[in-house]
Amino acid sequence: MADTTQNGPVLAADGTPLKRSLSRALRMQKTRALMLVAPLLLFVLITFLLPIADMLFRSVENNIVSDTLPKTVVALREWDPASGEAPGEEVYAALAADLQVAEENKTHTRVGTRLNYENPGISSLFRKAGRRVSKWDIETDGPFKEQFLDMDKDWGKVEIWQTIQTYSPTMTNGYFLNSVDLMKGADGVEVRPENERIYITLFIRTFIMSLVITCACIVLGYPVAWLLANLPTRSANMLMILVLLPFWTSLLVRTSAWKVMLQQQGVINETLVWLGLVADDARLVMINNQFGTIVAMTHILLPFMILPMYSVMQTINPSYLRAAKSLGATNWTAFWRVYFPNSVPGIGAGSILVFILAIGYYITPELVGGTKGVFISNRIAFHISTSLNWGLAAALGTILLAVVLLLYWTYDKIVGIDNVKLG
Amino acid sequence: MKLSKLSALAASTALCAPAVFAEEMANELTLVSWGGAYQASQIKAYVEPYLAMHPEVKVVWDESSAEATAKMRAMTEAGNVTWDLVDAVASDAMRMCDEGLIEELDHDAVLAAAPDGTPASEDFGELLVSDCFVPQIVYSTTFGYRTDLVGDNPPDNICAIFDLETYPGKRALQKRPIDNMEWALYCDGVAKDEIYDVLSTPEGVEQALAKLDTIKDQVVWWTAGAETPQLLADGEVVMGSTFNGRLFSAIAEQNQPIGMLWDMQSFDLDGWVVPAGLPADRKARVMDFLKFATDTQRLADQAKYISYGPARKSSAPLVGQHAELGIDMAPHMPTDPANAGNVHVYDYEWWADNRDDLDAKFQAWLAK
Repeated sequence: MADTTQNGPVLAADGTPLKRSLSRALRMQKTRALMLVAPLLLFVLITFLLPIADMLFRSVENNIVSDTLPKTVVALREWDPASGEAPGEEVYAALAADLQVAEENKTHTRVGTRLNYENPGISSLFRKAGRRVSKWDIETDGPFKEQFLDMDKDWGKVEIWQTIQTYSPTMTNGYFLNSVDLMKGADGVEVRPENERIYITLFIRTFIMSLVITCACIVLGYPVAWLLANLPTRSANMLMILVLLPFWTSLLVRTSAWKVMLQQQGVINETLVWLGLVADDARLVMINNQFGTIVAMTHILLPFMILPMYSVMQTINPSYLRAAKSLGATNWTAFWRVYFPNSVPGIGAGSILVFILAIGYYITPELVGGTKGVFISNRIAFHISTSLNWGLAAALGTILLAVVLLLYWTYDKIVGIDNVKLG
Repeated sequence: MKLSKLSALAASTALCAPAVFAEEMANELTLVSWGGAYQASQIKAYVEPYLAMHPEVKVVWDESSAEATAKMRAMTEAGNVTWDLVDAVASDAMRMCDEGLIEELDHDAVLAAAPDGTPASEDFGELLVSDCFVPQIVYSTTFGYRTDLVGDNPPDNICAIFDLETYPGKRALQKRPIDNMEWALYCDGVAKDEIYDVLSTPEGVEQALAKLDTIKDQVVWWTAGAETPQLLADGEVVMGSTFNGRLFSAIAEQNQPIGMLWDMQSFDLDGWVVPAGLPADRKARVMDFLKFATDTQRLADQAKYISYGPARKSSAPLVGQHAELGIDMAPHMPTDPANAGNVHVYDYEWWADNRDDLDAKFQAWLAK
């Protein structure tokens, strides 16, 4: 025994050093585990993470200008917008050559659309120019500056050329600046004019309203979850069905139902008027505003709060409460000092679920939000499907994602993520 | 890489078997439309007759026209366009055309001439607002009002929407700057042909928003066309804008106490676009269907089922009676002379340039 410890490493039965043998066995185990999760991992990677990464990358990507107008971008480098004068003939000649190629590939209107997000009017300038330039002979038809100005005097505007110059690098922070109400001006970053500022307001509103909705869910859901966990099984099952029933009903149906309930000619107002509590010409405005959004979303998200709370409360041993009372605690003390702390992990889990669902919510605010109750996600949806400004949508989405991760991290620091339980 | 492969493929098919491919037509046709009464009118007026002539064809519907531009772009980027023919409003068609997502068409070559031989480009006339677009119908965004809530003084002027004294109560307006800005300027005394000039200046935008400000707290903003008829039926609003076909069905089919206010109605177009780069056999089928579905008789037939005006001039005299209600459709068409006395002509080009900018300002104003 003393011999083996003195002379070299411990050996396994087959003569290999024990350390190596052990690590081999572990490696095999790890590989097997990895192989088992590999299908899921690949699936998540390909169908979820990569598309998201690709979408987020659009928030900085800006190849289109330098790809479509390569010669113009190079020629424009020399030009100084501070001179207050349009660039010289060589830039116009480069643009003519670029546009001719672009027109053939039908990409000139795409670059026009891209630049139009920054400077309204460029879209039609490019559309018209493409049509005209395709008929020119680049070798012989110069000089081109005059011809461009003839086509549209806007081609002589410094701002147009400045926009092309500013957005010629292949990466841009323009979308991100735009999504926090800033813009690239003549001398660096500027604040947008007041009548175009909207995103900061929407971000703040989204977070405040989501917080209010989460709190409302806690207050309304806690007693229900407590009842569910403490009633006899039969009545608890009945109650459970009542909680789940709206969960199974279409989102649109529930939202529309709230419209019928809350509108000025709706059920609640009619009842109040009939009871004489509200005058007929002073009916309450409860929909198409923040109030309507909060009510409808609280109702829709409530099950996400109740279910985790319920499953945590079920695990709280009732003998704790009895023990507290037998030691002389009042009902309230027993609840507050013993029961409540045990149920906090459920509140944490429910709050994270509800809050994260709420800040990304789209349909309900769109339908009942009016003007003051819409969320940032409504603007993201608008830029994805209507304005096709996917770069801006991606930037807004990235910010939203970053803020959520930041909140999650803060939550972990303050409450501790170990303290969250789903059951 | 993908592109070069594609073009190699296209070149080889073009070299090897142009004749075979030109003859062969795919037997499945994926049509994209709006669903609801509009799609039903398309089915009745030309899809069912086409299927009767070509029993081998199977039509698949996708009710995605509202998100057509975004989905077309996503499909094109993924290199897998599953749609064959897409119904879209003119402004979306222009956008997709600019993005290179849809095919440019030679209208005279691919569309049927009018019965008297007038070429298609003349028959459609100025409604061919984009090279990629084949219009089917003219619709309008206009106002309906509750006949029982306006007393014996029904509105006959668009500016009634800004007149809170004569017509108290809420109004429903579409949640977008288009049309609303023009109506606001018009009712603020700007001459009709100067509206877009004024709106091109920052002061003009301020002026329009200031006018809208006077009714802002009395407006319910809608996003789906079905909302206004519902709001009118519930008595939530006293008047509201929507598509004229929606008002027609609320009035004629559901007998709601709603009246039409045609003054300054805003014309718009809806039509077909063909996705770019379809395989030859699918494209052949699409073109065959498109030619049939947009001929003079078919467009006139569509007006039997919905109160939107046919886009061809030659179809107008053929518009008859509603297929089920048996009422004359002509007086319900936005293009009828009695209704089209004072119309607002929507400037596509101007909005294509200024839509994003004005939308940012409009949304900022809404959020204030």
